Parts: sequence; C-alpha cells; structure tokens
Amino acid sequence: MKKLWKGNEAVAEAAVAAGCRCFFGYPITPQNEIPEYMSWRLKEVGGHFVQAESEVSAINMVYGAGGAGVRAMTSSSGPGISLKQEGISYIAGAEIPCVIADMMRAGPGLGGIQPSQSDYLQAVKGGGHGDYKVFVYAPASVQEAADLTFKAFDIADKYRNPVMVLGDGMLGQMMEPAEIPAAIDPATLPVKKWAACGHNGGKQRVLSSILMNPDDLEEHNRKLTRKYEQMAKEETAYEHYRTEDADIVLVAYGIVARICKAAVDMLRQAGIKAGLFRPITLFPFPYGQLVKLADGGVNKFISVELSCGQLIEDVKLGLYDSKNRPEVGIYARVGGNVMKPEDVADYVRKGKVSSSWIK
Amino acid sequence: MKQIIVSGFGGQGVISLGLMISYAAMKEDRNTSFLPSYGPEMRGGTANCSVVVSEKEVASPVISRPDLLVALNVPSVAKFLPNLAEGGRAFIDADMPVDAGKGRSDVIAVPLKQLAQANLKGQNIAMLGAILSFTELQAASAEAAIRDVFKHKPQFIDSNLACLHAGMEWAEKNVR
Amino acid sequence: MDQVVFRKPKLLNDTPMHYCPGCTHGIVHRLIAEALEELGEYDNVIGIAPVGCAVFAYNYFRCDMYEAAHGRAPSVATGVKRACEDSTVFVYQGDGDLASIGMAEIVHAATRGENFTVIFINNGIYGMTGGQMAPTTLPGQKTTTSQQGRDPKEHGNPIKVCELLSTLTGPAYIARTTVTDVKSVRATREAIKRGFTMQKQKRGFSLIEILSTCPTNFHLSPLDSMKYIDEVAVKAYPLGVYKDIGLIGEEKKQ
Repeated sequence: MKKLWKGNEAVAEAAVAAGCRCFFGYPITPQNEIPEYMSWRLKEVGGHFVQAESEVSAINMVYGAGGAGVRAMTSSSGPGISLKQEGISYIAGAEIPCVIADMMRAGPGLGGIQPSQSDYLQAVKGGGHGDYKVFVYAPASVQEAADLTFKAFDIADKYRNPVMVLGDGMLGQMMEPAEIPAAIDPATLPVKKWAACGHNGGKQRVLSSILMNPDDLEEHNRKLTRKYEQMAKEETAYEHYRTEDADIVLVAYGIVARICKAAVDMLRQAGIKAGLFRPITLFPFPYGQLVKLADGGVNKFISVELSCGQLIEDVKLGLYDSKNRPEVGIYARVGGNVMKPEDVADYVRKGKVSSSWIK
Repeated sequence: MKQIIVSGFGGQGVISLGLMISYAAMKEDRNTSFLPSYGPEMRGGTANCSVVVSEKEVASPVISRPDLLVALNVPSVAKFLPNLAEGGRAFIDADMPVDAGKGRSDVIAVPLKQLAQANLKGQNIAMLGAILSFTELQAASAEAAIRDVFKHKPQFIDSNLACLHAGMEWAEKNVR
Repeated sequence: MDQVVFRKPKLLNDTPMHYCPGCTHGIVHRLIAEALEELGEYDNVIGIAPVGCAVFAYNYFRCDMYEAAHGRAPSVATGVKRACEDSTVFVYQGDGDLASIGMAEIVHAATRGENFTVIFINNGIYGMTGGQMAPTTLPGQKTTTSQQGRDPKEHGNPIKVCELLSTLTGPAYIARTTVTDVKSVRATREAIKRGFTMQKQKRGFSLIEILSTCPTNFHLSPLDSMKYIDEVAVKAYPLGVYKDIGLIGEEKKQ
C-alpha cells in the first residue's frame, strides 16, 4: 500500500524490509531521520541499533556485523562520509557486504546542510585509500530510494562489496507516496559461509585486508577488479527520457534528473529536441549508453549537477569512446542552491556550452 | 498540475498545511511531492514547503513559479509573490501588518484568526479550507488528511474539521 | 602410566610465531587460548586483531578472526557482538592502537558496557613501525620520535588506561598485570579468565592490561626487558584490579 513517506524514512524502512538487522549511525543533518527511525524500528524486528561515538566507529561496527553475516547499514552526509572512508576501504578490502546511505550536503569542509551532489567523485571513484570501488545507486524519487535501498542489500551480498545509496538533502527530506518492497525474513537468506560468526566447526574464517606479499595483493586486486567489471556487465542501470530523436541530451542523476525532465518538456514545447539521460548506477557508470547516443547523432551533452564539475568527468570519459566528438558542457548550482527547470531550459536555449560551471 | 508553495514563520503550521495537501492528493491517487525547507531556519525563522500535485509523474519537486502561494508572513510575500505564475493565486493572512499585495486581484487576504475562532492553532487548517477549491482537491480528501495527520491526537480532529469547513465556506462566499 | 601434562591449547595453531625473542605477545596469546579452553570456550570464539605487531594474530589463533583498522577493534567487536550475541569475543590491542588512535573507540565501548573482553598490551612503544613514542611511553624514555627521552613539557604525559576507564560505570572488570615470571603469568591467566567469565555471565566490558616488553625497541635483552617491567614500568603503572563488579554467584566485591 502506498503511504506518504519521507525519503530518509523510506530508506530506513526499505532496509528493514530487505532484512537489515544492524544499523550503526551518528547524527548529521540532513540524514538524521534514518538513525532516528532505525533506533526504534530495529527493536521491533529483533535487530540492533547503536548510536556510535563517531562515524569512524559506526562504519567499523558495520564491518563487524556485516562480517558476521548480518545485513548491516550505516548512513551519513558529506563530512561523516569522509570519516567513514577509512572503514569503507577496509570493508571493500575484506569483501564484506554492507549498505551506506549518503544524503549529500554542500561542501567542502563543514559547508552547509542544503542539498548538493558534492560527494559524487568520492562516492564513485573509491573514496578512501587503496584501489577499490563502491557500488553506487542514485535514486531520484522516494519510491526509488526505497526500491534501490532494498536492492542494495542483494547487490552487496552478491558481490561481497559495500553499496552506497547516494541521495541528497532534498531526497532525504521530501515526502512522496511510496510503497516499501515486501519484507523478507533474513533467516531465509542464503547462508554466508565466509562470515566470521563463530561456531566454525574448526574451520577458521578470517576477514582481513592485509596482504603483505605483493603477488598476493596483486591477485587480490585482480579479483576485485574482475568483480567491478562483472558489476558493470550485469548491474548497470539508467533511464532515457525523450532521447530517441534528441540533438541535445542533458545528463543528470538523482533529484536533478527530475528537474531536467521538466526542463526537457519545456524545451520540447519550444521546439528544441532535448532529451535526458539519467544514470541510476553511478558506479558502474553507464558509459556505453552515452557512446550510443553520441554515435546516434546527439551533438551536445550538458552535465547538469549540484557540484562544481564532477559528473561531467564521467560524461567526458564515456564519450571518449564515441566515433563523434560531441560538445560537452556543464550547468551547475552549488552551495546548497538548486536549479529550477526554467534555469536549465534557459541555459540550453542560449545555445552556449560552458566547459566550466562558473563561465 | 498544481505547484503550491506554503510559507510563513516556523510554528504557524506551514509545513503541516503543505503536508495535508500532499496527503489529500495521495488519497485521490494523484501524484504528489512535498518538499520542506529544513535546518536552522525551521527554528523560528521563515519556513516553507513546495507541494506538487499532478496527474502525471511529478517531474520536479522544486517549484520556480507557483500556481498557488500561501504566505503567512511578510518575508514570505516578499520572497514568493514576485514569482507567482500567470493566472496564479496568492492567499495571505489578512491580519498581516502590511499592505502586501493590496489592490491585486490575484492576492486574496483570508481572515484566518476570525475563521479559526477559539482554535488559534487551527489557522493553517482554515487556510487549507480557503485554498481547497484552487487545489482541485475534494473536501473529503482534506478531511481524511486531517484525520490522518491527527490520528495520534484525536481530540483535535473535530475542531480542525470545523476550521477546514469555516475556510471553505468563507472562500465560497468571498473568492471568485 | 604416561600422562600429558603440557600441550598446545586447542585454540592455538601449530604455527611458529613471528614475534621477536623476549616479546611477551606469544605468552599472552597462549594465556588467552588457555583461559578460553579452561572455560570450555573454543568452538564459538571470535577474535579481533589490531594494527601493530599482533596484526597477524589470526595466524596463531584458530578461531574466527577479524583484522581491524588501527584503533577500531572495539567498534568492530561491537558490531560482531550485536550479530553474534552468544559468541565469546576478544579484542587484542596494543597501546598505540588502544590509547592513541583508538582512544574514542575504547572509551565508548567501555562506557556502553559492551560485553566483550579486551586484552591490552602495553609496552610503551610502537613496536611494528619501529620504536616511536607511544601514548604510554614513560617520561625520559628514549624512542625514535623522542630521541632525547620523553619530555612531558614537549611531548605530554603518559596515559593510564586502567585508571581512566575504571572511572566509568560501564566496565565490569579492569585489571593490570605482567607476565614477567611464573607467578605473574598465572595471575594474568586468572585475570583473563575472569574477564571472559564476566562476558559469559553478560556482566559487561572487561579489560586486562598487560605490561609487556619490546626488547627490540627497548634496546634491552629479553631478561633486562623483563627486569625493566618489574622495576620501572610497574611504578608508573601499578598492578592490580581497578574495577570488579563481581561475578554472579560470588560474594559482592568492592
């Protein structure tokens, strides 16, 4: 049944529905409703909530609970996600599944608490030290936030890899009618034989990311890379909106993509053949789709983002493989400001393509 | 599609007014989004929310030009009235100590205190009644939304329903 | 008739340890394994290893093991214990790990009264990285980052972990011991056993600090290192029980 859900609470309830039974958090705006919700909700289903002393500690609690085989989660926003990076690197290295929600706010530093996409590169390129990748989902609605959070736990288990649900303050705070996926009983999930949870029958299980021998570590890196390549092959998700005959394509993710949808409709009404391409997985990024669009005749791509030129890096990277050389520009608002559909439409109408968001 | 901005001081019930519009829209199986301002401004300063009600999937929850503006304090009028969409309507509190929007046919001053009578906290609900016909939502949906929002404080349901109806009646008589 | 009077504890692997001659890690590893075995705990034990010389502890213990980030072992254990409430969980940390980079984690695990047992190896120096000053390095002690000796005015003062944590309400048992002779080794085993018993009885957080040696970085022989513990270290870090809320079925202790 559809209910009016706040984004943050939908994420929390979807996690519970997916069988998440351990949540470790620390207060930071604009994601506080997630730990608040979990603090009472997990008790109802026999799970555990701990308000950690820091984000550093919270992510390491996730390491422990996830390593023991329980579906575990934490959430935060920019400054807290930075603190978690150490732990995320260890989790990725030790191949422990977990889900992390980042409701982005504007930065750098303490920045502000208003919506932003300023953690894009941190999220999709690894984020912490060493060579690793986090699987990243970017929901654009409260319904999708619930659906992708639910799915995130399956992806995390399938690949034994951290999965991030990358939202922003707006998605976390807004309310929309949504239906939470049907709850599963975690007892029905496949047994994780690798989990270090005691009762091992004499067969020791070690969860570790230390590999002192270069050959061993290289092999480990090779294994991780194969995993990321498999993700790209099997899990890449995206949405096209009116791109079939488009000359100009806006590229945007999350809430910004919805703003762009409205802009596309405005432009179409004005006779401009605009479309929207929305990556749903940011890692793996759907590069191949951009190539198809460019090869199919789109001659202008505009990265529309709430960051100072982060998404555009992946747009350009994707288009490198195209036979054509389309123009690539950026339209951005940052600092917690959010563009309106008219702003995007006006920018496109002017016809000028800027390589920098301040030009 | 209706794009609605509700704005006023924190504590005037602007967030719950917006929320009830979204609730009512959901009761009618329409698409809706409710986007509140958040952070320190919620504590005493001006708070606002954007509500979209749409037959199609809601594209942008961010509203640039509202069809319907509810402004319960002076800063809200200053901030949002200039962006009112053509053919849109602004509903303001008649007791506001300025001549904001006076003389404009698209600005409607609602005597909220008078409508809410003893239930001073119900002024936002009286406003909901006054704007209801412009939201194209049914009275039954608004009533259901009130029952939903106050389900944990049932003692307030009747008085709030009274405010809703007072607002609706006032609008019927005074707004064309 | 022949009788086995001494053997490898069930929880230890038959692997040569990499620790330096005279290092007390090996003794403490064995005591943990013995204490757990005496309590009948070897099938359902989970250990959390630190960053430091004991980073490879999982090679020696036979139980399930986690390798934690530097200082974060108490947080990892908190998560493990939530997921596996019936497991016996031990955390193994050195002084740099526990009292420097992981101070927040240990204090909060203690104050939450987390039901696991911490084995705290305090040798007053960073062993693995090559003898740098630790939070527990004594005034005057020479290290590679306090080459003229630790000067409290310049480098600050050593931290006394048992004293600090015993001010909290959460801990059930906190004690400081040594492993410099047979008597103290036995006392340490008893203290570790008591910590694990606290955990089995769900009494809460327990921590056993063991004043330890690092002959390599002390630049002392193994024997002189032991002497240093007995004659110098214990003066700064007095041995004893700092907190004990008593076991169930015991006369109440103060």
